[in-house]
Amino acid sequence: MTEAAGGNPQLSGLAGSGPTTQSPPAASPNDQGSFSPWGGFSRRSPLAALILQRLALSVALLFAVSLMIFGGVEALPGDFATTYLGQSATPQAVENIRKDLGLDQPATTRYFQWLGGALQGDFGTSWASRNSVSEQIGKRLGNSLFLAFFAALISIPLAIGLGMLAVQFRDRLADKVINVFSLAAISLPEFFVGYLLILFFAVQMGIATFPATVYDGMGFTQRLSAIALPTATLVLVVLAHMMRMTRAAILNVMSSAYVETAELKGLSGLRIIARHAAPNAVAPVINVIALNLAYLVVGVVVVEVVFVYPGMGQYMVDAVTVRDMPVVQACGLIFAAFYIFLNMTADILAIIANPRLRHPR
Amino acid sequence: MPEPSTANLLSVRNLKIEATSYPPGEPPKTVTLVEGVNFDVQKGKVLGLIGESGAGKSTIGLTALAYGRGGVRITGGEVLLDGQDLLKLDHAGIRKVRGARVCYVAQSAAAAFNPAHRLGEQVIEASLRHGIMSRAEAEKRALHLFNVLGLPNPETFGQRYPHQVSGGQLQRAMTAMALCPNPDLIVFDEPTTALDVTTQIDVLAAIKHAIEETHTAAIYITHDLAVVAQITDDILVLRHGKMVEYGTVKQIIEAPTQDYTKALVNVRGTGREEAKDQSDTLLKVDNVTAGYSNGFKVLRDVSLHLPKGQTLAVVGESGSGKSTLARVITGLLPPQEGAVTFDGKPLPPALKGRKNEELRRIQMIYQMADTAMNPRQTVRNIVGRPLTFYYGLHGKQKTERVRELLDQIEMGDRFLDRYPAELSGGQKQRVAIARALAARPDLILCDEPTSALDPLVAEGILKLLLKLQEETQVSYMFITHDIATVRAIADSVAVMHRGRLVRFGPKSKVLSPPFDDYTDLLLKSVPEMEIGWLEKVLKTRRMESAGN
Repeated sequence: MTEAAGGNPQLSGLAGSGPTTQSPPAASPNDQGSFSPWGGFSRRSPLAALILQRLALSVALLFAVSLMIFGGVEALPGDFATTYLGQSATPQAVENIRKDLGLDQPATTRYFQWLGGALQGDFGTSWASRNSVSEQIGKRLGNSLFLAFFAALISIPLAIGLGMLAVQFRDRLADKVINVFSLAAISLPEFFVGYLLILFFAVQMGIATFPATVYDGMGFTQRLSAIALPTATLVLVVLAHMMRMTRAAILNVMSSAYVETAELKGLSGLRIIARHAAPNAVAPVINVIALNLAYLVVGVVVVEVVFVYPGMGQYMVDAVTVRDMPVVQACGLIFAAFYIFLNMTADILAIIANPRLRHPR
Repeated sequence: MPEPSTANLLSVRNLKIEATSYPPGEPPKTVTLVEGVNFDVQKGKVLGLIGESGAGKSTIGLTALAYGRGGVRITGGEVLLDGQDLLKLDHAGIRKVRGARVCYVAQSAAAAFNPAHRLGEQVIEASLRHGIMSRAEAEKRALHLFNVLGLPNPETFGQRYPHQVSGGQLQRAMTAMALCPNPDLIVFDEPTTALDVTTQIDVLAAIKHAIEETHTAAIYITHDLAVVAQITDDILVLRHGKMVEYGTVKQIIEAPTQDYTKALVNVRGTGREEAKDQSDTLLKVDNVTAGYSNGFKVLRDVSLHLPKGQTLAVVGESGSGKSTLARVITGLLPPQEGAVTFDGKPLPPALKGRKNEELRRIQMIYQMADTAMNPRQTVRNIVGRPLTFYYGLHGKQKTERVRELLDQIEMGDRFLDRYPAELSGGQKQRVAIARALAARPDLILCDEPTSALDPLVAEGILKLLLKLQEETQVSYMFITHDIATVRAIADSVAVMHRGRLVRFGPKSKVLSPPFDDYTDLLLKSVPEMEIGWLEKVLKTRRMESAGN
């Protein structure tokens, strides 16, 4: 039988601990187990470690995507030469064009050539127009980003504001109106919204410009008035998603104990939402904003076609119809890069927004 | 009844509180939660509200802030604060009372503090927003309160975020937050229930000191009569939303008139003799060290043993490694060093390596019965599953045995086809016991099976476990943080602290002097149903630390 008597020398001094000596346990988990430089770093500054991890992951992901794009394009049936030459192509002519474009070389060689060029910003030459892809894309991308930027500038603050408003007037008229309106906007396909806007503002009232074509040497205000309708369409399409997510995220936080605490402090409704609920709803809201930003850049194909806007989306669609592979690949890679970059940014912002990671114990 | 006084700060008259319940498949109906409740709180005095869960304690406490949690409505009566009926105020009027004249301290400060802001900002927020003091004054007062409440490094404490301090410190910070605007009344809603006993006593002392020093009146809500006896002047006993007994603390503790109050006062009275012969070992744990893959060791070099047909109580605070020990024994967490022997044979360390027969002989009961049961299975299926798994029983035989088991846990046939959601907390725990018994085990590991239950219900479960032990000769390893439970059921006791075994042996030896420092602290921290106990303990502590 084990003897019950005897104390533990480590525990002496505990008996005298009054209210003043209550402190977290001194034993640290860090003094044990495997020790690697990375492990040490990630314990010292978990925030930096997590952000570095995300960056590395994004780079790896981008490489994987480049492989998939190249492989996918490679696996497409049909090829440029036969499309270009049409029905009457002789095998010799086809062979010549293939050789001309370097298609006789093995796929791995072409992949690394393409990737090497892409890393330096050179996406090769368009097969159809024999122009530099990078130059063409540069202009188009600028146009797309211009449109996306203004759509984002309007939709994000509007979505967050309306989301907070919906929470403040939860289940009352304002909330219901916002909800029905945003549901309607999200339910209509964007080309339909686009045509509706054209019908009302361009055709009937004549206060907006259509088509939304922009060209070099156009003045800034002219450009703005040209993109008014496509911007409005995009805002309507992405607004509902972000607004509803903001509302849901804040409502979720509103049922937490610390919001009850704020309410029992006698704070005003808006202060509770803005100071106590919003900071804790940031992470999901940032994520949905990033998704919608990505959509604004990547998913605007239909809107660009409807408004005849010379952006990336239209460029890519044109290239696919003629099997202009360097252009398709370049557009694909740039779109993927945007998607990954925006999501990574959202991840990193969400990590930074977490006080536990910002201020480790 | 306490003397009616003209200096009533808060008078609650004929309170009625209702809520709407939405039973599935039926029209919504109105439920009365609280009815006919009257009480007074005088300036600078403390009233204790006591009762089991569902008694309406918190609901009544929150009426002092004219607040109904989760759709609860105050539908009748008066809540007079200095003669002003709070229920007649508009929203703006109520806001002026909340956080200024009446403040609230929640049960879980960890959840009640906003994780995104520093503690100091949150502590002074109400004072600033209500325009009670300037920022400089509020910060000065916060510092003073941190000092009074015995928080470490009071100068920099406010700079910290909630996740950077311990649970006991958060609870004290929440008290500071409530005291900061100089309120007339504070509602404490079970402020120490979620804490370990050794922490509870510090927080209790800090709260008592702070409200005495600031002459603040308080309503103190708890289910623990021994705690309330240390801190209040009057006690109101509640049950099912109605008043049972209302009197001074002395009258309630020393001369209760109602049967329910008497039962509450005597709930810790049970105890049993330990078994004399503790040599026939069933379970043996040898030098077990266990932890997680990141290198953190939760258990260090633990050795103990448990005789057949007896109960070993493993006692310690949260984080002491009690539950990890159970996980090692079940094989859920293979030990890094050491071994577990069961009935003379070594047990394979990992769950995967164990045979069905080895699994059958060790069963488990958990703290939260409702999370340990599939909500979509009936009692028949929950209890019947081990019968099919271990004994291959089906159909009539199985039903017969389930009936037998329900009989053993003192619940009848009528529970056969109920779902867990249709059972009370105590009934759920009984079903969990029946499920464990169904395997006819030799050892049941009980992980705090009574700590989520109300005292009287918990007592019923303990009695049931003892009865079952007599009938079936099953052994229990009973994990708990409650010394009273240990006294009631154990034959031998193991005291754990920070992953190490501090003390182990027969109950009579472990729980009597000479003590090691930690066991001494632990035993002295358990509140006793005695007025003035807190002062006594604190005095001895001061003398000891002065002597050191």
